[in-house]
Amino acid sequence: MELDPDDVFRDEDEDPENDFFQEKEASKEFVVYLIDASPKMFSSTCPSEEEDKQESHFHIAVSCIAQSLKAHIINRSNDEIAICFFNTREKKNLQDLNGVYVFNVPERECIDRPTARLIKEFDLIEESFDKEIGSQTGIVSDSRENSLYSALWIAQALLRKGSSKTADKRMFLFTNEDDPFGNMRISVKEDMTRTTLQRAKDAQDLGISIELLPLSQPDKQFNINLFYKDLIGLNSDELTEFMPSVGQKLEDMKDQLKKRVLAKRIAKRITFMICDGLSIELNGYALLRPAIPGSITWLDSTTNLPVKVEKSYICTDTGAIMQDPIKRIQPYKNQNVMFTVEELSQVKRITTGHLRLLGFKPLSCLKDYYNLKPSTFLYPSDKEVIGSTRAFIALHRSMLQLQRFAVAFYGGTTPPRLVALVAQDEIESDGGQVEPPGMNMIYLPYANDIRDVEELHSKPGVAAPRPSDDQLKKASALMRRLELKDFSVCQFANPALQRHYAILQAIALDENELRETRDETLPDEEGMNRPAVVKAIEQFKQSIYGDDADEESDSGAKDKSRKRKAGNADDGKYDYIELAKTGKLKDLTVVELKTYLTANNLPVSGKKEVLINRILTHIG
Amino acid sequence: MARNREGLVLLLDVGPAMHSVLPDVEKACSLLLQKKLIYNKYDEVGIVVFGTEETANELATEIGGYEHVKVLRNIRVVDEVVAEHVKHLPRGTVAGDFLDALIVGMDMLIKIYSGGQKGKKRMCLITNAACPTKDPFEGTKDDQVSTIAMKMAAEGIKMESIVMRSSLSGDAHEKVIEENDHLLNLFSSNAIAKTVYVESPLSLLGSLKTRRVAPVTLFRGDLEINPTMKIKVWVYKKVAEERLPTLKMYSDKAPPTDKFAKHEVKIDYDYKLTAESTQVIAPEERVKGFRYGPQVIPISPDEIETLKFKTDKGMKLLGFTEASNILRHYYMKDVNIVVPDPSKEKSVLAVSAIAREMKQTNKVAIVRCVWRNGQGNVVVGVLTPNVSERDDTPDSFYFNVLPFAEDVREFPFPSFNKLPSSWKPDEQQQAVADNFVKMLDLAPSPKEEVLNPDLTPNPVLQRFYEYLELKSNSTDAVLPPMDETFKRIMEQDPELSSNNKSIMDAFCGSFDVKKNPKLKKASKRLLRDKPSGSDDEDNRMITYDAKENKIDIVGDANPIQDFEAMISRRDNQDWTNKAITQMKTQILKLVENCTDEGDKALECLLALRKGCVLEQEPKQFNEFLNHLFKLCQERKSSHFLKHFTSKKITLIPKSEAADSDVVDENVGDFTVKQEPML
Repeated sequence: MELDPDDVFRDEDEDPENDFFQEKEASKEFVVYLIDASPKMFSSTCPSEEEDKQESHFHIAVSCIAQSLKAHIINRSNDEIAICFFNTREKKNLQDLNGVYVFNVPERECIDRPTARLIKEFDLIEESFDKEIGSQTGIVSDSRENSLYSALWIAQALLRKGSSKTADKRMFLFTNEDDPFGNMRISVKEDMTRTTLQRAKDAQDLGISIELLPLSQPDKQFNINLFYKDLIGLNSDELTEFMPSVGQKLEDMKDQLKKRVLAKRIAKRITFMICDGLSIELNGYALLRPAIPGSITWLDSTTNLPVKVEKSYICTDTGAIMQDPIKRIQPYKNQNVMFTVEELSQVKRITTGHLRLLGFKPLSCLKDYYNLKPSTFLYPSDKEVIGSTRAFIALHRSMLQLQRFAVAFYGGTTPPRLVALVAQDEIESDGGQVEPPGMNMIYLPYANDIRDVEELHSKPGVAAPRPSDDQLKKASALMRRLELKDFSVCQFANPALQRHYAILQAIALDENELRETRDETLPDEEGMNRPAVVKAIEQFKQSIYGDDADEESDSGAKDKSRKRKAGNADDGKYDYIELAKTGKLKDLTVVELKTYLTANNLPVSGKKEVLINRILTHIG
Repeated sequence: MARNREGLVLLLDVGPAMHSVLPDVEKACSLLLQKKLIYNKYDEVGIVVFGTEETANELATEIGGYEHVKVLRNIRVVDEVVAEHVKHLPRGTVAGDFLDALIVGMDMLIKIYSGGQKGKKRMCLITNAACPTKDPFEGTKDDQVSTIAMKMAAEGIKMESIVMRSSLSGDAHEKVIEENDHLLNLFSSNAIAKTVYVESPLSLLGSLKTRRVAPVTLFRGDLEINPTMKIKVWVYKKVAEERLPTLKMYSDKAPPTDKFAKHEVKIDYDYKLTAESTQVIAPEERVKGFRYGPQVIPISPDEIETLKFKTDKGMKLLGFTEASNILRHYYMKDVNIVVPDPSKEKSVLAVSAIAREMKQTNKVAIVRCVWRNGQGNVVVGVLTPNVSERDDTPDSFYFNVLPFAEDVREFPFPSFNKLPSSWKPDEQQQAVADNFVKMLDLAPSPKEEVLNPDLTPNPVLQRFYEYLELKSNSTDAVLPPMDETFKRIMEQDPELSSNNKSIMDAFCGSFDVKKNPKLKKASKRLLRDKPSGSDDEDNRMITYDAKENKIDIVGDANPIQDFEAMISRRDNQDWTNKAITQMKTQILKLVENCTDEGDKALECLLALRKGCVLEQEPKQFNEFLNHLFKLCQERKSSHFLKHFTSKKITLIPKSEAADSDVVDENVGDFTVKQEPML
């Protein structure tokens, strides 16, 4: 397997079959980020995650974009983006308009695919901003300067690139000024409002969508009615839902941006046969698929040019090159049974590929171990079959209300599978839609795919040990202490993937240091070391293991546990202060050290030296 | 018998009550044996049938009794004969006693494998357990069964019973059935035995585990609550897809006279600078490159080794959360099971306490796992409780992988509430749907669940092995049609539907669907011909506006209005192009049929020009105009051409649309240049 060796992200048994949801290269997106850089963006702050620190709105906007860029280069590196500040002191744009600065790095057009260098330099923008670009209000009544107008114009000009047929074109506007022309004289204000709105409308008429990402002050909410409602063309229904809550946090903003950036989706048309004579049309979407670091391209090590790989089939007997399709054999009953490729594909082809409803079951029938691969999201479409949406919604509601899921047979995969269709109600939060309404198609295993592991561990006639009420109570206390507040699935970045891209960035830019990537998946050490948590764990442990040992030993090695027991009995006798003075703490075992720490309500984590130091600090 | 081999005795009830399902029993058993021939060809198999007229077993000859039990085949290594054998089971004439058969089977296993032979010993009983069993010579049946079961446990014999319960008739047997169920249950509590009740031939096929896979742990180590508290656990796969066997490639190049030909095919990869070049690049001259944006970055193996993400093997608890926080569709992969290390009693207790408490309070645990040392990736997953119903089985957890932030593609979809009312069901339709969902019930009671994944076989595998068998007998065998039994997973149960015909009809009647008439036939065909997933239009959400009825075709009646409506649609970029193309067709049609229609064509042309300026599509218009002009000249439609000039239709210049090639001064060129030719 020389082609992709030690590809850490592919499991041994990953399905090599074509994923229908492979993304196409053809559909592209062009995005311009417009960032308000007025002094107000720097002076307004939001409380950050760390309690007593405040973050400026500018920082929030910039870090959102930085994050989005990093995601972009991984997931959608064909998209082209441009970054454009307005209300700046310096100007840099093709049209040479005041107050607008198009940020870019060498070897890159103003609007182009994101590069490692762009990401790196944009990460540092806040340090260099004042010197290089500078902040300055660009809407000046007397001079009739209007930086917002200019910014829209420049963004529109940037988005000229690319055909509107194959690409989506969008602007993301970050600002905290809800009334940009508020301080103007009435006549000027009206004029400026009119021209700016017209500019926005022109852009929209060209198929460019404008998305607003407003930032609210902690004490005053961004009032969309003052101006921006018209700019982005909201009607009154959408208005109330548009504004997220006051004092919006960075996280919400990132969420919002992330959701808005991904407007495209990959779909598969599915015909859903509900019963004889009634079929509706659905679209299937791959909303969850493991992200992998892309395929390996082999390069010539001297020139770094890509290498062509030629695959050939060679007959081992004669050395002749074989032409596809090659016959296959299965040794069976002392002979080789031969199949042609066509015959094999016919064996697999047993249905038309439709989704056939078979019936319904209560949700409790859907066991946790009925899973094989990521689910597919289903949403109805009336495009070809009118009435599909209505029938789908009716079933969706009934299933939700009766707490049932549908069992269906889906011919669109190889092999065709039984699937569970689980109705999902819409879930919304401040940041927008968390779960879209629709059904999730879960691929069920066949009997042959399920293994009876539990049976292996049964000892017939011998009852397995079961916990006592006290042990259950201690477990319950432990679980309460270790409750993850506000847990949401997929809040962790994949540390291996992040590291992979950090390595690429470092090598691409010839950096000496690797960008720091944090492994978010590690347990929260600080939280785990809170005395109450430690105590709850200790008590649970005590209730299960008893006094004698902190770790269980094999039933065969009873001596060891007895030794421990003896050691523990002596614990109280140590004069820790004396030992500390004479530097003899290091002669104690970790367990003995921990006894002291636990007794004094100190954290017990870390290596031996750490423990000793902690005791020394405590003793003083 | 070697450690990893199995000795299996099939105990098959062939009594009259079983005749109707015997074809399916034959199918299931032959599949089992076929797979043994491929995957476990050193396994040994014996076959015992009971309920036969004849009696033929060693116990009967040695001590008497054990009537109507016939050993079809003594325990021997599987061979092609045995696979053939089970396909033609005898049809018995008397009601069989499954206890007698069990004892005969056990006796066979003990006789062959006594003396500390390692390996697995298994009996598989297929019966309807509806016939009475004989009373023992002394003691009660319960005593007798307990003794047998204990003997089985002592000998390490496992037992698997599949009880067919579909074709039962009459209540007369109820007592017998009850007693038999009780006896089978006794086996379960005293030996490694399990009983599966199946209702349909399909479940019968699924209930027999036809492929024996040696269980392998993929992790043994600590489930770490915190650094001081660790629970010893083993992790296995609970679900893993069974695939077709990997078929080798076959080369027929060797001459038929070559007796030593291996007929193997080797795959070679050549690395070259260009396709034409003959020079092959040696492995040490190659370096791996990874895509990063537009660049491909070469990374040497040393760099990868020193920089890559390093991990230590282990399972670390991150915390607990409400089960409702983890939606079912977030499960990303096949499922693992986390069982406590069987030799550590305290770990068994700890897992049990947490699992039971989790079940009680509806909580789940979030864990971070690295299965192997130095493994380059980490998974975050959810532990859900698997509280055992059997006393002798330790509790465990199921483990499912959760997605990382990078794995999620969040797209907004329109709320159902916000869809126009014509797309939503009314109250009466909703009631019909409720009825429908209630009626088409596959699990009326927990015992009666049909299409239970645990008992549903894979139709493709079944078909492959069937075909393999046919082909082994005759090379040019044709692929048999899909087995009737599998209709049950591919189509609705006709009995269930016909019993509730009125509800089915009401549902069909209430939800009238029709093909979208506005969709042109051509485009429909196009859509269908395209490979799935490549339909660009479809990849985007169909946005809609409740207030207006969207126009998607330029019709004959009001071409201008249609065109304007269509070209201004913003829900999809394609509309512009479609509108322009269709408008062109309309204009050509009008011009061609022209008598007095010239004015209308002209209006259309003006509208098209306006639209093309607005949409910045000057080329399309300019090219069309030239084409139209030529056409008119050829057809001598002077009438139209006259209007043409009088209305001063010009090309679209650069000042109106930046993409245009026509300079402002030359807009008139078109007409000026052409005029003298009139």
